Parts: sequence; C-alpha cells; structure tokens
Amino acid sequence: MTFRFGLAAALAAGLMVAPVAGWAQQKIKMGVSIPAATHGWAGGLNWHAQQAEKRLEKQYPNLDVVIVTARDVGRQANDLEDLVSVQRIDALVILPFESAPMTDPVRAVKQAGKFVTVVDRGLTDPSIQDLYVAGNNPQMGEVSARFMKEKMGGKGDIVVLRGIPTVIDNQRVDAFMKEIEGTQIKVLGMQYANWNRDDGFKVMQDFLSRFPKIDAVWAQDDDIALGVIEAVKQAGREKEMFILGGAGMKDMIKRVMDKDVLVPADVLYPPAMIAEAMEITAKHLVEKAPIQKEYIIEATLVTPENAAKYYYPDSPF
Amino acid sequence: MTPSVMPEAARKPSSGFDLKLYGPFLALAALIVLGTIVNPVFLSPGNIGNVLTRTAFIGIIAVGATFVITAGGIDLSVGSLAAFASGVMIVVMNALVGSMGAGLPVILVGVLVALGLGLAAGLVNGLLVTKGRMEAFIVTLGTMGIFRSLVTYIADGGTLSLNSEIRTIYRPVYYGGVFGISYPILAFAVVALIGALIMYRTRFGRYCAAIGSSEDVARYSAINVDRVKLLAFVLQGVCVAIAVVIYVPRLGSASATTGLLWELEAIAAVIIGGTMLKGGYGRIWGTVVGAVMLTLIDNILNLTGAVSVYLNGTIQGVIIIVAVLLQRGTVARR
Repeated sequence: MTFRFGLAAALAAGLMVAPVAGWAQQKIKMGVSIPAATHGWAGGLNWHAQQAEKRLEKQYPNLDVVIVTARDVGRQANDLEDLVSVQRIDALVILPFESAPMTDPVRAVKQAGKFVTVVDRGLTDPSIQDLYVAGNNPQMGEVSARFMKEKMGGKGDIVVLRGIPTVIDNQRVDAFMKEIEGTQIKVLGMQYANWNRDDGFKVMQDFLSRFPKIDAVWAQDDDIALGVIEAVKQAGREKEMFILGGAGMKDMIKRVMDKDVLVPADVLYPPAMIAEAMEITAKHLVEKAPIQKEYIIEATLVTPENAAKYYYPDSPF
Repeated sequence: MTPSVMPEAARKPSSGFDLKLYGPFLALAALIVLGTIVNPVFLSPGNIGNVLTRTAFIGIIAVGATFVITAGGIDLSVGSLAAFASGVMIVVMNALVGSMGAGLPVILVGVLVALGLGLAAGLVNGLLVTKGRMEAFIVTLGTMGIFRSLVTYIADGGTLSLNSEIRTIYRPVYYGGVFGISYPILAFAVVALIGALIMYRTRFGRYCAAIGSSEDVARYSAINVDRVKLLAFVLQGVCVAIAVVIYVPRLGSASATTGLLWELEAIAAVIIGGTMLKGGYGRIWGTVVGAVMLTLIDNILNLTGAVSVYLNGTIQGVIIIVAVLLQRGTVARR
C-alpha cells in the first residue's frame, strides 16, 4: 500500500515537474536588479529599465524580463536570492548599490550557473562578470575639469558640490582635482550636497554668503545644479559665474540647447546605460550573439552643438 | 477656555535659573557666538535671512509635531507627506493651466488641494491611532512608506516640475517678502504664535500635556482622549500642508527625495527645544529655537573650511547632544 502510494506520488511529482522544466527551457528569464528611484538619476534608471523591458519582451516573445528594485545593499542581496531561487532566472543584469558588499552575492548567482551582467559600478572581483557595461566616473571628473579649465582660461575661483560619500563620488572628485592640478584654478570650498536639489540650494546659498567672488561651480550632478541655479539667481549673481552639472537630465540638456549662459555645458552619465546592458544581454541570450566583455560608455561633453542628440523629453529624468 | 497658570510654571523651583526653560535659548546664543567666530559673514542680514527662511519648513512642521509628541504620540510620516502633497499640488496646478490659464486662481486651487491633503492625512493617521488602537509609531511608519511611494509613483520615479508660467507667479511666495522679511519667515512666525496660543492658552493644549503624562489619568478626568489625539494629528497634517505651500515655490519641483528625513529633523527640533519625547511637557518656543539651531549647524559648517566635510555628521551630533544634555543635566541635579 505504502509502496504504491509512494510510486504514485513520485509519478505525480514527475508529471508536475516535467512541463515546468520544459517551460523553463522555452522561456528565457532575465532578472534585472537596480536601486530604487530614490533620487533623480535612479529615477531615470528605473524609467529606462522599464522602457527596455517593454521593448525587449515585444522583440523577443520568449524572453521574460523581471525588474526588482532595492532601497539598500541588504535588500538588493535578498533580491538576488529571490531571483535565483523563486524566479529561476537564466541571466542577471545588476547595477550594484555598492561595489564591495555586492561582490559576494553576485558571485553566488554566478556560481548557480547564471549569466551575469554588471552595470555602472564594478565588483571588486571583475572575473565574476560575463559582461560589464559602465559609465566612466573618473573620466566624468576629468572631462568636467578639462571643460572648466578651457572655459576659465586656466585660472579662477571655483566651488565644488559633491554627491553622497561613495566610491563614485570619490572617483569623480579625485579625477577632477588631478586634472586641475598645476593650473591657477583654486577650489574655495567643497561640501556634500547629496545629489539632491534642496541640498544643492542650501549649500550654494552658504557658499554665496561666504565667498564674494566665485567664477564657476562644479556641481557634478544635474539635480544639485538645479538647486545651485536657484540660489545663484536669488543672490542676483548670475553674471558672475557659470555652473557645470552632470548626468544628462532633460531640463539641463534643454538649457544647454537654449544656450543658457549660466549652464554652458553638461557632462553625460546617462541612466540609459541600463537599457543598453539589458539589450546586449538579451541579444546574447536569445540570439546567442557574440559579445565583447566590456562596454564603457564615454562621459561625453554636451554643448549647444550636440545637445539635441541627448535630449529625451519623455523621460522623467 | 479659561486662562490658567502654565503647568510648568507651577513646578518651577522658587530659587535659581530654570535651565530647562531657558536652556534652548542659551544653546542658540552659544551657537550664534560660534558662528560669528567661524566667519563674520554669519551675521550678515543676507545669511540670517537665508537661514531663517530655510528653517521655515522644518519649523512649521515641528510646531505641529510638538502637539503630537506632547500628547504622547509621534508622527513619522511628515516628510513623506510633504513630498506627496508637493507632488499632488504640482500635478493639479499643471493640469489646471490648460483650462484656467496661468494665474492666481490656479495657485489658490493648488494651495487648497495641499491643505485638504494635509488635513486628510492627519485624519487618517489620527483615526488609525485612536479608533484603530494602534501605536502611533507603527501607523505613521506605515503611512510614511505609503506617501513616499505614492510620490515616486506619480513622478514616475523622476521629478515633477511646476509649469514655468505658474512658477513665475508663485515664486515670490518663497523669494519675496515685506520690509526685508521673507514670507516663509512670516508664515513661520504666525504658525509659531498660533501654536503657542493653542499650547499655553487653551484647554486643548493642556489636555495634550495631560494625556502625554498619563493617558489613564486623563481619561478618568473625563478628557475625551481620542478626540484630543485625533486633533493633534490633524494639526500636524495642516502644519505640513502650510510648509508645502511655501516649499513648492522654492524649487518648483517634487521628487522621491523631497522632504527626506524631515520627520527626524522635526522630532529633533522638538526635543532640542525641551519637549519630552515621552510626552506630557511641550514647549512651542523651544521648538522654534530647536529648528533654528538645526539649520544653523549646517549653515556654520558650510561657512567654514576648517572641518573636514567627512566630519559634518559628528559635529551635528555633538552639538545636538550637548544642547539637550545642558537641559537634562540640570533637571537631574534638582
């Protein structure tokens, strides 16, 4: 009796497993893990990821894209476990919150036999990833510094508004400082503005009270830059300085396009890179297309001449 | 509404200087001296104007929080509510430009929407706490997450920006003023004055303190505990809405980061001001001073290059702890 029951159960289990396995072979699942939309750039990231999901699922009917967003490193690590064990993904596209703490969780995904694409922030062990798509943070600082150097004729007083204390922020600022080394550009003050408009506004108000003469502001980020612009306008000192942001927010690109003297340029660090990473990964998964191991997206300088090319009026960012 | 002796006045010792009452003001004075030493620009009218105008949002919210905390509650949802109300206000005004044209009526509708939303949110929090018999901490932790994600949702994860024509008309509400005093400072002063009147001169104010010090005793004294608590939350919601009305014209935008951690800043301002976190004792003017102090600390740090920016948090923390220690230390010695 027990034997027969066991056999039946085994048969039933087999019957249930078989179609599931077959299904999984037909449908390819790609998990995408990104930070939640807690600031402007991440908002753009989420929007581009969702656009890419729609586009890719239409283009490849047998592809299923699952996007998960996390508010911090711990939750992102949990997300990865769920993607592997519950969602049974075949490939992972991840933009890690922080490089070092996410390295081991991503390694675990790789060891489970999944294809791994890392976006933007490199892991501390690059051998884990199958594909790396990234913006170039040091280059972003460098391009910004080079532009300011040229625009200012190699001398003048500037203030710097930093982001959130992270590796990304350090890489940008270090590269920037290295590039202006040896010039007569003097950094009067440097403060964190947390990639946030309100903080950009406040910090800039104080810089304006503190320094009677400022020739330029490196805001590093377009959200901060928008706060800075308001503070400068309030103080009525628009004629005195120019502001360089970064990222490629539509409002800022528009200003560059319209030749706003306050905002002569912008440096790209496009959140659209997530879409690019998803597309390359999907193409490889479905069509088995050969891939390069690394795609580095240049930190392009946006000027009135080329701004129209980088203007996405529909994006929320 | 019988005028009565302030409860703390009755408890005041006959001899000596009451540091619990004046502590926050002394700490503020010390901070002002520190600021002046750090950079003489600190005392320039421009800087003082900036600082006070900036304080207005947190200050107005903190006045409301003083009532909730005095009544033994807490409201963690204020920052998210500010973001949500700002977002809805912007969306509504943008949508109305087409039919009503850019003008004062649109802004008035926007203001009413914000006030209505603040009131409704306060009601929801208050009803869940009183009728739902839940801890205020959990209720408002829940609504905090809800409001924050709602604004992220309506903003599509990005930033909501106010129509530029409306913005031009609305802008003076933050940047303008009378006799050199900006409107946000005036609004803050009016809210604080009304708050002080309610706290010290009405039955409602005394009931808040009574409930905060012992809910059971208050109930046995025939105080309608639920109604008082509900009203405190509604007051808080309205205060948030007033803050939103003067916040939106500043940058003309709202996003998922708007009002982030404002709840903690408001609570900190209340406690630095001498109000007890466990309730039963509330100081409106102390709260005003607490809010100004919090902004001043940031301001002073921005005005000096002497401290590594990595240590900003340390300085903030030390000043807050010392300011409160000054008051509590004296209480223990008494």
